[in-house]
Amino acid sequence: MILVIAEQREGKLNRASLETIAAAQQLAGSMPIKVAVLGATTGSVPADLASASVAEVLVGEHPALQPYTPDGFVMAVQALIEQQKPQIVALPHTYQTRDFAPQLAARMRRALITDVTGIKGSGATASFSRPMFQGKLTADVKPRGDAPHIVTFQIGAFRADAMQKGSSAAPVTKVDVAIDASKIRQKPEAPFQEAKAAVDLSQAERIVAVGRGIKSQDNLAIAEKLAKALGAEVAASRPICDNGWLPMERQIGSSGQTVAPKLYVALGISGAIQHLVGMKGSRTIVAINKDADAPIFEVADYGIVGDLFEIAPALTTELEKS
Amino acid sequence: MKIAVCIKQVPTREWQPRLNDDKTWIREQDVSYEMNEPDAYALEEALRLREKHGGEVVVCSAGPARVQQVIREALARGADRALHVEDDGLGAADAFAIADALAGAMAGEKFDLVLTGLQSDDQGHAATGVVLAERLGMPHSTIIMEVQVSDGGLRIKRELEGGWFQWITMPLPALLTIQSGINQLRYATLKGIMAAKKKEITKVPVAAGVERVQQIAALAFPTKSKQTQMIAGSASEAAKELVRRLRDEARAL
Repeated sequence: MILVIAEQREGKLNRASLETIAAAQQLAGSMPIKVAVLGATTGSVPADLASASVAEVLVGEHPALQPYTPDGFVMAVQALIEQQKPQIVALPHTYQTRDFAPQLAARMRRALITDVTGIKGSGATASFSRPMFQGKLTADVKPRGDAPHIVTFQIGAFRADAMQKGSSAAPVTKVDVAIDASKIRQKPEAPFQEAKAAVDLSQAERIVAVGRGIKSQDNLAIAEKLAKALGAEVAASRPICDNGWLPMERQIGSSGQTVAPKLYVALGISGAIQHLVGMKGSRTIVAINKDADAPIFEVADYGIVGDLFEIAPALTTELEKS
Repeated sequence: MKIAVCIKQVPTREWQPRLNDDKTWIREQDVSYEMNEPDAYALEEALRLREKHGGEVVVCSAGPARVQQVIREALARGADRALHVEDDGLGAADAFAIADALAGAMAGEKFDLVLTGLQSDDQGHAATGVVLAERLGMPHSTIIMEVQVSDGGLRIKRELEGGWFQWITMPLPALLTIQSGINQLRYATLKGIMAAKKKEITKVPVAAGVERVQQIAALAFPTKSKQTQMIAGSASEAAKELVRRLRDEARAL
């Protein structure tokens, strides 16, 4: 059996959970799939999940699961695994999963494979594809040791709309998740956002984004001129915002904004996966990079290999002509 | 405060990968290495905490003899001494084997705080720090953007997705995985480089029972999911052609 651990916050399902169900359906072979959702309360999430073609939806509610802590979740998921005895535990590779899944695997002494983008074969003998070396290479890996094996799936690698729905709703069952709240060592406060963003990049029709290749803050003027000529907003990959060259609110990627504009121009961005997840849904992607092997070219519709300090100004000139 | 920082040596960003003969790992003889970037931020945070609260910073690294390069660099930036779990088999090891190897060497040191980068730029499991915390019996938190130390405890700012954050308090000893950009990095001074030569690197053999949890069956260059149209020519020719295609084909202008 494959046990999918769905993610929810305050009764709202994280859609990456549906991608993980789609991945589990591809992986399953003849194995049944169960989906579990955990929280103090789970609202309509179990009913949402029951539309999937799965054997059962398990609901584990416990007051100690709100707010989320890794210690609390490890206790709950370990209890679920011991009850249900799955061969594979599947999770979306979210920040929350990254926070507790390694602890769970370490405590249970089971294999963990993270950030999976593809599945070869099915069932217990399947191997999993995952990026290595910042996406420059892809590895096919197999878990070792006893089941269950714990596998996390990269966000966006499987499509939520590819998830098969059931002909009727799957049964929803409440399960006990024993948690000793006195063993939770982390005490979280309420989540907050830093200063309200002055720019909403998710609404921009066109975006010119810069990466490490821009080399210095002074060179940002090159991107700004191109953006002006295109009627675009300027954005950046994480290292640029880490350096303070652009405010954090202009960062695209897993720790910043997710965008899907009509046109996305990537200047000197190599295309680490943390950046790609934030922009690969863009309708047309242009990549300009000096390294022909940069992973950004894998998602680009149009690519130019060359010096952005020559190409970007030439592009600006060309756009200003018309 | 006794602080440990775990650092990994990884291929440089400019490195162009080549595969070994059986296509299960990279050709290591072609590789030039550097300090894993998130670990450099963890080191910087440890140095700042020592400057504020006193104590010592111990660099811990697991890998073949070659990782002394990044250990020396960390000592030159200001760490006090180092633990090196040296074994040739650790060069291609997964997060669990690295964490177990580090835990064996670190358990007896009774660190108050252990910092790691949030993930490595080579295998990228994003798991070593959390597994190490479990092995050392410490609470942990991940993707940390600010660290405050008070009486016997920590208050830390954890990054959530989509621009959200959260403060968390927890007791010491504890382990934190540090997000890139938490601070501004310092670089080694000539004085630091000279001083590093006299600092102690304790070599520790890898403990029994350290095993990988996954096997790399094959390593390959990624297959393209999209047909990318590459545009050649001089800068002005390429620019002209790109504008034409964006206007006529993609209708993106």
